[in-house]
Amino acid sequence: MTAKHAKAPLFTGSDWDFPLINRIYETVEPIALKEMKLDIYPNQIEIISAEQMLDAYSSIGMPLFYKHWSFGKQFVTNEMMYRKGLRGLAYELVINSDPCINYLMQENSATMQTLVISHAAFGHNHFFKNNYVFRQWTDAEGILDYLEFAKRYIAECEERYGQLAVERVLDAAHALMNQGVHRYPRIRPRDLKSEAAREAERQAYRDRIYDDLWRTVPVGARADAVPNEERRAALGLPQENILYFLEKTGPRLASWQREVLRIVRLIAQYFYPQRQTKAMNEGCATYTHYRIMTLLHERGWITDGAFMEFLSSHTNVVYQPTYDSGHFGGFNPYALGFGIMSDIERICLEPTEEDREWFGDIAGSGDPVEVLKDIWVNYRDESFVSQFLSPHLIRHWRLFKIIDRTSESELRVDAIHDERGYRRIRRALAREYDIGRQEPDIQVVDVDLVGDRKLIVEHGVVDGVLLDPADAAMVLQNLANLWGYEVVLKEIDTENRKEMKSHSAQPQEGWPR
Amino acid sequence: MHIVDRRLNPGGKSLVNRQRFLRRAKAYVQQAVRDSLKDRSIKDLDKEGQVTIQRDAIHEPTLHRAAQGGNRERVFPGNHDYMEGDRIKRPNNGQGSGSQAGQGEGNDDFQFALSREEFLGLFLDDLELPDLAKRRLIGGKVDGIRRAGYSVVGNPSNLSVPRTMQRAMSRRIALRRPKGTDLERIEEEIAEIEARDSPLPDDAVRLENLRAERSTIFRRRNLIAYIDPVDLRYRRFENVPKPVAQAVMFCLMDVSGSMTEHMKDLAKRFFALLHLFLSRCYEHVEVVFIHHTDRAAEVDEQTFFYSTVTGGTLVSSALDKLLEVVKERYRPDDWNIYVAQASDGDTMQSDNGRVVSLMQDEILPMCQYVAYLEVGREEFADIETVGTMTGLWQAYAPVSEANRNFVMRKVHHRREIYPVFRELFQRKGVAERTA
Repeated sequence: MTAKHAKAPLFTGSDWDFPLINRIYETVEPIALKEMKLDIYPNQIEIISAEQMLDAYSSIGMPLFYKHWSFGKQFVTNEMMYRKGLRGLAYELVINSDPCINYLMQENSATMQTLVISHAAFGHNHFFKNNYVFRQWTDAEGILDYLEFAKRYIAECEERYGQLAVERVLDAAHALMNQGVHRYPRIRPRDLKSEAAREAERQAYRDRIYDDLWRTVPVGARADAVPNEERRAALGLPQENILYFLEKTGPRLASWQREVLRIVRLIAQYFYPQRQTKAMNEGCATYTHYRIMTLLHERGWITDGAFMEFLSSHTNVVYQPTYDSGHFGGFNPYALGFGIMSDIERICLEPTEEDREWFGDIAGSGDPVEVLKDIWVNYRDESFVSQFLSPHLIRHWRLFKIIDRTSESELRVDAIHDERGYRRIRRALAREYDIGRQEPDIQVVDVDLVGDRKLIVEHGVVDGVLLDPADAAMVLQNLANLWGYEVVLKEIDTENRKEMKSHSAQPQEGWPR
Repeated sequence: MHIVDRRLNPGGKSLVNRQRFLRRAKAYVQQAVRDSLKDRSIKDLDKEGQVTIQRDAIHEPTLHRAAQGGNRERVFPGNHDYMEGDRIKRPNNGQGSGSQAGQGEGNDDFQFALSREEFLGLFLDDLELPDLAKRRLIGGKVDGIRRAGYSVVGNPSNLSVPRTMQRAMSRRIALRRPKGTDLERIEEEIAEIEARDSPLPDDAVRLENLRAERSTIFRRRNLIAYIDPVDLRYRRFENVPKPVAQAVMFCLMDVSGSMTEHMKDLAKRFFALLHLFLSRCYEHVEVVFIHHTDRAAEVDEQTFFYSTVTGGTLVSSALDKLLEVVKERYRPDDWNIYVAQASDGDTMQSDNGRVVSLMQDEILPMCQYVAYLEVGREEFADIETVGTMTGLWQAYAPVSEANRNFVMRKVHHRREIYPVFRELFQRKGVAERTA
C-alpha cells in the first residue's frame, strides 16, 4: 500500500475545533474510500449539544418528527436518566438519509470524534447505502422531505379536527405500528418524495368529484352475499399489514385518518430494515472504525495515548457479559456483529483446517474487506449468523443452547460448544434474529363488509407462545376503534389449526369519527 | 463533506411533546405532586422535584409474545460446565429461559423530574380568591397598550406610510407643485423645436418662454418638497390602565404556648401554601402577617415563618391588630380584604364574646372571605367529638352558619393540609363539578 505516514499526529490533546474535524475527516476519507473502497452517501456532519442529543433521542433519532405525547414520555425518561448519571448519551447518531446526517456530540474528545466519524460517517453510511434490505425498503433521499410533510400534515389535522382526535388516531396507529409493515416486497419500492404530491392529488380528486346530490340518491336493495373465497380475494386477504388494510378498507375512517395511518405505516416501514440488521449494521460500523483507527495509529496520525483512549471505549462497546454475570441482557449487537466480522477476517487471512472445511469459499481468500463488503450487501442478521457464526467463535464465547418446554419441569441443555452442537447452536441463534419468528405472526383473515362487518384477525401461534394478554386486549381495543365494528383476535396453533385463545373488542363510544 | 454547528440552534424541540405528555398524564401527575407536598419542608414547597406515577397510566401497548409459557429455545454465552443433556432447575423468576434482565418491563413506576414552573402549575391549578369584587383604577399600573390615532412625533419604526403619503399629496396639490409630467412635456417641446432644421419665425420667442417656464418649474419643484417633514405622521399608542382588583390577605397565626410544634408546623404549612398561591397567581395582592400570643404584632414573612416567640393566648388581640392595620392602610372601600386565621382553638372563655363580636360585627362586613383553620393534635384526629370541641370552634360555629363568607375547617395531619387548602380556595365552578 502506498499510504503515507504522518509527519505529526493530527492532535495531541483532547480538544477539538472545526479545522481539526475537517483534517480528521480528510485523513480518514482516503483510508475508507480508497483503501477499503467503501461506497457512501455524501456526509453532513453536525455538532450538537447534550440537550439537542436528548431531543433527537426522543424522536427516534430523526431531526424532525410530528408531535405526540409518547415522544415526550421518551424525553422525560431519557432526561432523568441522564441527569442522574444513570446513563450516558450516545457519542453520535446517524440518519439513513441522502446526504447522510451525522450528529456528533460537542462533549466528545478529539479521539472520540475521530472514532465516531469512522464509525458513523463511513461504517453506518456504507451499510445504509449498500445493504439490500435498506435498498429494497427505504428511500434515503426522500425520508427527510417525507417527515417534513408528515409533520405538517399532522399539525394541519390538529388544527382542523382538534388535537385530541388526532392523538387518538395516532395512539391507535402506534399500537399497531409493528403490524404496519409489508414483510415481502411485492409492492414497488417507496418513493417518499412523491408521497406529498400524491396526497394533494387525492384530495383534489375528492374535491372535484364531490357532489351533494349523492346524498339524496335512494339506497337500493342490498347486494347479494358474495361467496367467501371471492370476497377474501377481492379484499386481498389474508393481509399481514393491518394498517395498510385499515387504510384501504376501514369502513368508518375519514380520509385524513387514513392518511395518518399511512404516515405511521410508511415510517414503520422505513425503520423495518434497521430492526432486521442491528447486529450487522453495528458490526459493520464497529469493524470499520476499528480498522481505520488501527491504521491511523500505525501510520502515526494518532498518538499512543489517543489510541489507548480509543481502545478503552471500543472494548466497552463490544463487551459481551456472560449469562451468569448479572449484566446479561441478551446478546450485544456490537459484540456479535464485530465478533463475527473480525472472525471472518481471521478466516480470510489465517484459516485453520476447520475453517477450510466450514467456509471453503472464503477461507484463505486473503482479502477480508472484499469478503465483508459482499456480506454487508447481501445479508441480514438472521442469514448472517446462520452462515458465518464459526465453531471457533462458538468455542470462544462458550455458547450453549437451552430448551424450555411447558411440559417439562426443568430446562434442558440441548447443545454446547462441541462438534455435535455447533450447527444446532448456530441455527438457534440465527432464529433469535429472525424477526418473522420473534414477532407474532398476525394477519387479517376475514371480514364480511356487507354483513356484520366483524373483522377477524388471527395470530399464528408458534411453539405454543401466546400473546401477552393485557397488551393484546389494549391493542385490540385500538383496532376496534379504528375499524368501527367488532374485532375478534383468534390465536390459532399453526401446527394443528386448533384455536388456543380468543379475544374480542367493541369500538368505544365517543371515539372521534 | 459539510460541517454544521448546530449547537446554537434553539433547543427545547421536545418541549411540545413534553407538555403533551404531562397533559396526557395530568390526573396522575397532579396526584403525585399533591402527595409529594406532605413530605416537603416548608422551604422546599416550591422547588422543582421528582414525581413518580404508575407506568400503566402511560403505557403504550403492542402486540407481542408473552414472556411466559410455550416452548422456547435460547442461546447464551459463557458456559462453564454444562454438558449436552444436562437438566437445570427453572429459575424462580418464572421466565422461560434464564435471566432476561433488561427485557422485563414489569409494572414498576415511572419516574421523572418536573421543573418548578410545571410543579407549581400543577399544584395551584384551579385555585382562586373568592369574590374578588372591588375593582378600581390605580395610577401607574399599566396593563396594555392600544392604538390611539396618529401623532406628529414618534419613533421611525412607527411611521405610518399611508398617512404620511396622503398628507404629502394633499400638500403638493394645495401648493400646486408642478408634476413630473409637466416638466417632461416642456422638455419634449423644447427638444422638438431645437430639432427643427428650418426654425419657424416665432421659435426663438417660444423657446425662450419654454425655457423660462422650465426654470420656474424647476424652482417650484425644489422649493416644494415631495415629502416634507410636516407631512410625517406616526402611529400613536397609549397605555390603557385597567381597573385592578387590589386585595390584601391577613394571615393570623396563633403562636401561643398551647400550640405544639406539630400544630405550628401545620399552621405554617398552611400559610406557606397560601403565600405561594398568592404570590404566584396574583400580582396585586398584599399579604399582612400577624402573629399573636396574648399580644399581637405585625411581622415580616421571615419572622412569621421562623420566629419562636411564645406566650399566653388572646385571640381578640390579633383581631384588634387586624382592624388597626385596616384602618391605617387598607380602606375597605378600595380593597378586597381576606383573612386566614389559624389557631389550636384554645382560648380564654372570657375573650370569646369579644372575639365573636369583633368578627361578626366589624371584620366580616368588610371582608370578602374569612377562613378559620383549626389545627389539632395528630393523635386526636379520630376521637374528635362535641365534648372535645375547642372554645374558639364553639364560638365561631354560629358565626359560620350565619355568614356565607366565613368558612372553618379542622386539620390534624400534614396530609390534610393541601386538600383543605384546595377546598378553601377552589375555583367555584370546579368545586361544583367535582362535588
